[in-house]
Amino acid sequence: MFPASGISDAGPRSDSTNTARRRFVNILLGTGLTASAASFVYPILRYLIPPKVPDLGRDAVLAAHIAEMEPNTAKTFRFGSRPGLLVRTASGEYRGMSATCTHLGCTVQYRSDLREIWCACHNGMYDLNGRNISGPPPRPLEVFEVQVRDNDIFVRRKPEA
Amino acid sequence: MGRLVTGVRAWIDERFDLAGIKALAQKKRVPVHRYSYWYFLGGMTLFLFGLQVLTGALLLLYYRPGADEAFESVQFIMTQVQFGWLVRSVHSWSANLLIFMAFAHLFSVLFLKAYRKPRELTWVSGILLLFLMLGFGFSGYLLPWNTLSYFATKVGTEIPAQIPIVGRPILLFLRGGEEVTGSTLTRFYGLHVAIFPALATLLIGLHLALIQWFGMSVPPSVEARWRARPQEKKGVRFFPNFVLRELMAWYVALGLLGALAALFPWSLGVKADPFAAAPAGIKPEWYFLFMFQTLKLIPAKALGMDGEMLGILAFGVIGFAALLLPFLEREKPFNSQRWILALACLFLGYMAVMTVYGWATR
Repeated sequence: MFPASGISDAGPRSDSTNTARRRFVNILLGTGLTASAASFVYPILRYLIPPKVPDLGRDAVLAAHIAEMEPNTAKTFRFGSRPGLLVRTASGEYRGMSATCTHLGCTVQYRSDLREIWCACHNGMYDLNGRNISGPPPRPLEVFEVQVRDNDIFVRRKPEA
Repeated sequence: MGRLVTGVRAWIDERFDLAGIKALAQKKRVPVHRYSYWYFLGGMTLFLFGLQVLTGALLLLYYRPGADEAFESVQFIMTQVQFGWLVRSVHSWSANLLIFMAFAHLFSVLFLKAYRKPRELTWVSGILLLFLMLGFGFSGYLLPWNTLSYFATKVGTEIPAQIPIVGRPILLFLRGGEEVTGSTLTRFYGLHVAIFPALATLLIGLHLALIQWFGMSVPPSVEARWRARPQEKKGVRFFPNFVLRELMAWYVALGLLGALAALFPWSLGVKADPFAAAPAGIKPEWYFLFMFQTLKLIPAKALGMDGEMLGILAFGVIGFAALLLPFLEREKPFNSQRWILALACLFLGYMAVMTVYGWATR
């Protein structure tokens, strides 16, 4: 059942044709095996990448009810898979923005004593328009559009300019 | 590049006696005779097990145990994750082929009498591994939490409950409560991904170590012939000759699995609803079918005891006898060879007929 050994006879052919044949067979075998290995590894690599969670796009999210929001307070709400921050300023205006700090991704909070937005992780500061004003944050927070309909406050992404 | 390889090899050799290991690998020989092809089955089973570990680890990235999440997470794997259908289908197909190969390996070892002295413990560890693989199959079947697997598990866990005294506690232990619920699912999940793999690692290690220790068995007929005429004795080196052939077989198996998974992806079914009636045609996996069918055929009362009880008792005795098979034989194997052979044939035939019967009837 098994041939006696892997090495077959060279026969009358010269050594150089034999080597050339051997190299040819090795190339065939090598490319075949490489291709199979690639077809095996490729699906696994693709599998490891998690599928994208569908983004909110321009969908509006119910952030809060008017009754919850005293002036000079704020509320964190779910905006898609990330937190958003809804602030009611001391003058009664509503401001909506992303609550993810642009520095290292902590969730920011409203400081009613300072009337500013503060990130506890590395002492980053943003003003009520989301602009980074002190500390390590490199960019302003993403600011959302706020709409009040009856008793509900909706927040959605601003249309891209 | 070449210098680097030589350097690394020298570094390892200085510490671990690489040359000694290499000599050992070259010393091992595989006998060559007309039954040599059967030597591939064990290695094939091992390969499929390795594939199960790999695809199982991949499935763990997205699978979530729990009655509310399990089905949805498998659905997510099948529909959202790229190549998720492939990974899950290969896992299911490979599981089924693995059980088939394990049975084929068992019967080849049985018929070639490879279990005889001194390899009794290799046989025992192999039978334990087979039981473990069936455990893997049974526990893994529930994990997608679909109707079919839900009711199969309900029936499957009900069976040991028929045993007097210990039956109830076994049922409660398996189900994690009175009924098959999310608690059962987390238990089966824990068994399937932690406890069974740990046991399998130990048992496979032992099994392979014993095979290394004793070398390949030669069937008695060939052994007798070789003893009479030693010049006919033939063999090939395990490394690289046999290993390369085994690798070739594995390569073909991998291709076959890929084709099966692509052409016949494993379906997911309908999410289990514990309060819905069992749908018609509830069946366990095919490798449990012969037992399932037997239990269906036994009358409610037989030989003065419960029919179920009789069936469980019979399969228990058969399993136990299989485990201790090498010790049931007398010292001179040829005298008792006949009845063991006859019983094995009878059982194999019974399994085949009952499986087909169970599969064909709705």
